Amino acid sequence: MTDDRSTAHAATSGAPAGPGDHRSGADDAPLLEIRGLSKSFPGVRALDGVDFRLHAGEVHALLGENGAGKSTLIKVLTGVHARDGGEIRLGGVPIDAADTADAQRLGIGTVYQEVNLLPNLSVADNLYLGREPTRFGLRSARRTAAMARELLAGYGLSIDVTANLGDYSVAVQQIVAIARAVDLSGKVLVLDEPTASLDAGEVQTLFGIVRRLTARGIGVVFVTHFLDQVFALCDRATVLRNGRLVGERRIAELGRLELVTMMLGRELEAAQLHRRRGEGPKGEAFLAFEGFGRHAYVNPFDLEIRPSEVTGVAGLLGSGRTETAKLLFGIKEADAGSATADGAPLRLASPRAAVAAGFAFCPEDRKTEGIVGDLSVRENIMLALQARRGWLNPLSRGESKALADRFIKALDIRTPDAEKPIRLLSGGNQQKALLARWLATEPRFLILDEPTRGIDVGAHAEIIRLIERLCDEGLALLVISSEIDEIVAYSDRVLVLRDRAHVGMIEGADVTVDRIVGAIAAEGPATAAGVPA
Amino acid sequence: MSFARSFRLSGTGAPQLATLAVILFANWLVFPEFFDLRMQDGRLFGSLIDVLNRGAPVAILAIGMTLVIATKGVDLSVGAIMAICGAVAATMASDGYSLPVILIAALAVGLVCGLWNGLLVAVLDIQPIIATLILMVTGRGIAQLITEGQIVTFTHQGLIAIAGSSFLGLPMPVVIAVVLGVAAAALVRLTALGLLVESIGVNRTASTYAGVDSRSVLITAYVVSGLCAAVAGIIAASDIRGADANNAGLWLELDAILAVVVGGTSLFGGRFSILLSLVGAMVIQAMNTGILLSGYPPELNLIVKAVVIVVILVVQSPVAGRLTTFFRRR
Ligand SMILES: Nc1ncnc2c1ncn2[C@@H]1O[C@H](COP(=O)(O)OP(=O)(O)OP(=O)(O)O)[C@@H](O)[C@H]1O
Ligand SMILES: [Mg+2]
Repeated sequence: MTDDRSTAHAATSGAPAGPGDHRSGADDAPLLEIRGLSKSFPGVRALDGVDFRLHAGEVHALLGENGAGKSTLIKVLTGVHARDGGEIRLGGVPIDAADTADAQRLGIGTVYQEVNLLPNLSVADNLYLGREPTRFGLRSARRTAAMARELLAGYGLSIDVTANLGDYSVAVQQIVAIARAVDLSGKVLVLDEPTASLDAGEVQTLFGIVRRLTARGIGVVFVTHFLDQVFALCDRATVLRNGRLVGERRIAELGRLELVTMMLGRELEAAQLHRRRGEGPKGEAFLAFEGFGRHAYVNPFDLEIRPSEVTGVAGLLGSGRTETAKLLFGIKEADAGSATADGAPLRLASPRAAVAAGFAFCPEDRKTEGIVGDLSVRENIMLALQARRGWLNPLSRGESKALADRFIKALDIRTPDAEKPIRLLSGGNQQKALLARWLATEPRFLILDEPTRGIDVGAHAEIIRLIERLCDEGLALLVISSEIDEIVAYSDRVLVLRDRAHVGMIEGADVTVDRIVGAIAAEGPATAAGVPA
Repeated sequence: MSFARSFRLSGTGAPQLATLAVILFANWLVFPEFFDLRMQDGRLFGSLIDVLNRGAPVAILAIGMTLVIATKGVDLSVGAIMAICGAVAATMASDGYSLPVILIAALAVGLVCGLWNGLLVAVLDIQPIIATLILMVTGRGIAQLITEGQIVTFTHQGLIAIAGSSFLGLPMPVVIAVVLGVAAAALVRLTALGLLVESIGVNRTASTYAGVDSRSVLITAYVVSGLCAAVAGIIAASDIRGADANNAGLWLELDAILAVVVGGTSLFGGRFSILLSLVGAMVIQAMNTGILLSGYPPELNLIVKAVVIVVILVVQSPVAGRLTTFFRRR
């Protein structure tokens, strides 16, 4: 997925400032300097003598494979974890943040990889928690709300700020987290995969805000797996591999292949990144949805699913992509239309019914809808298969161990062993384990909602290859992604959504970035981004 | 986090067994004859046996409570269910029904109570603490209706033998508690029920999305809890040879919850161990007995218990995890 992304960005972004014309020089005293940082967890050396320097006014990419130690570095910097060794200096002064609040006081605002806001509080309260505006010494809910509305307007988001944060999509939550962190960052802003669930427009808004901050002399640490974003935004990159520093480079002097090689420790052949598409007919449809829909959720639609076919789903935030997936998987029951499997009527009243019919669904919201955090990697991988077999027909310890080990190897899930609680894995590795959970059920119809969210370039290629192979064997796939170029790369056809309705199906040779972008935006700028789910 | 986690997840149960040992030792200090055992008419007697025998009802309640708490729920109604089932058993005994009929009827009533709780929690999605509070409050009224407001007594030898007989020298309630505990532990670990219960307790949404039949699993947990309460209620009725709707099983739900927590199952749901809950029940009963034997006023019992609860909850709380991290880095 690396090399063909640039085309999409040329089409969707039109980034104003090139990376070459940023300010900072390498010789200034750095704003933030980390030396010899070490951190171990049981069975893992997450950081091993890592150095990192951030200059005022620069955007510094922190890159590496899943499990390389990026998030750990950020958590140690911001006091979530205590370090085992090393030194951190901010503006030349040694610092040792005791917790995140301490880090904020020091002027370091952070968006963590797993959004850690409070879903049961309102959007406004989340934005101003711990620093509520007061009026005559009293908290003023009205002023908080007004300030929150104004703040979010800067991000192109006009939503009801008094609604609970948990009612909004992951993307909205991510924007709220970013807005809060930006507001808090006096000296340093740290963004750990902030764009994972944002679409192109929102990414551009974020970039604009980051550029304004850097112009004010704030240093930004930016973690991402989207290399285009690195080249579009960043001045410098530090690459980690297996907890060790690989090197620091100026982006302007760095080629894409060189960067990937630094990250993976090997070369990634460009050829393997494209799926062959459109080799003749795909066989008969085995699933058919007719007039399928739910009131005030997704308008009724028709959809046929054929074996070996990859259907991409494109649309803006709030256009009904995730809702379509949840309807197909029985999480929300349809109140209109019908579904048939192999000609027989199919009632999709629960995920359980969908799984029984050979469906599988990797949700977008990994933390709340995907992983079962305290259970081991093994138990998480076996869960769907075990649920389908029923509790009276358990997988033996040996069977589940073999299953988990097979997928840990096939998907290169980085964990010391299968018994580690899954919440302790790095984000990308959790994502891989969730994919393993569903592949273990050998589904006929796999629905992936933002499947590559947080997955590194190497693993990305591996997963695409694996999915390709499964498709050749007859698996039907429905992929929701905000990355239009990614959709183009592997979809046979693309379903376009707008305002909770299916508005078009682009097929065959028409599947291009331009056609999709055109179809999404056909009726001017969408306004539905902020509607609570 | 480390101490809290090891307390919670340690498969060995070392902290629980150590706690039990400390309390038994304390009992021995205040009452030197504590470990003395006598054999009389093929039956063991002594303070230790008293601890086991008195602790059996709470241990049985703790079996079902463990499953419920592991699903991130709680069952406040078990004391009331004990009263209802005790009332059913006692009234039927005084009416002269045969033992099997009495047992089946009392267990069936416990099952229905558990089903009621399960449906409220799993289908109507009512918070467990509220859902089971309903039966906790109304249950004693129902028991009063069954006994028609009287304290029913009986001389039914079959029913009396449940609490009064012995097996291999041990009082029957102890044998029942051990057999039920081992059977329940085997049920959850030899099938996938244990995994599914833990999975729901940790993340119900994710489990449901993975195809887990969360409703059935939740209902099963509350039904098992209701059945356990029925057994405990039968034993309690047999023990006093009657039914006292107002006092049977009074406050025992709190002891059962405490036993589960002492046994290392977190109130936040997830990992659980039925056998360690049994150990937890013994810890609690050993405390009760020790205070009685020591000759201190029994009111002290409540204070000691409260202190133990506070200590355990603090150790389990996330704050404790952060504190230990904090002190380690200083
Ligand atoms: N709290 C923890 N306990 C144990 N191991 C941990 C913990 N946090 C992280 N790890 C391990 O440390 C390693 C580095 O993880 P980290 O989250 O820093 O990776 P990452 O570079 O951010 O990866 P990703 O791109 O997938 O987000 C991983 O092997 C992970 O399993
Ligand atoms: Mg990470």
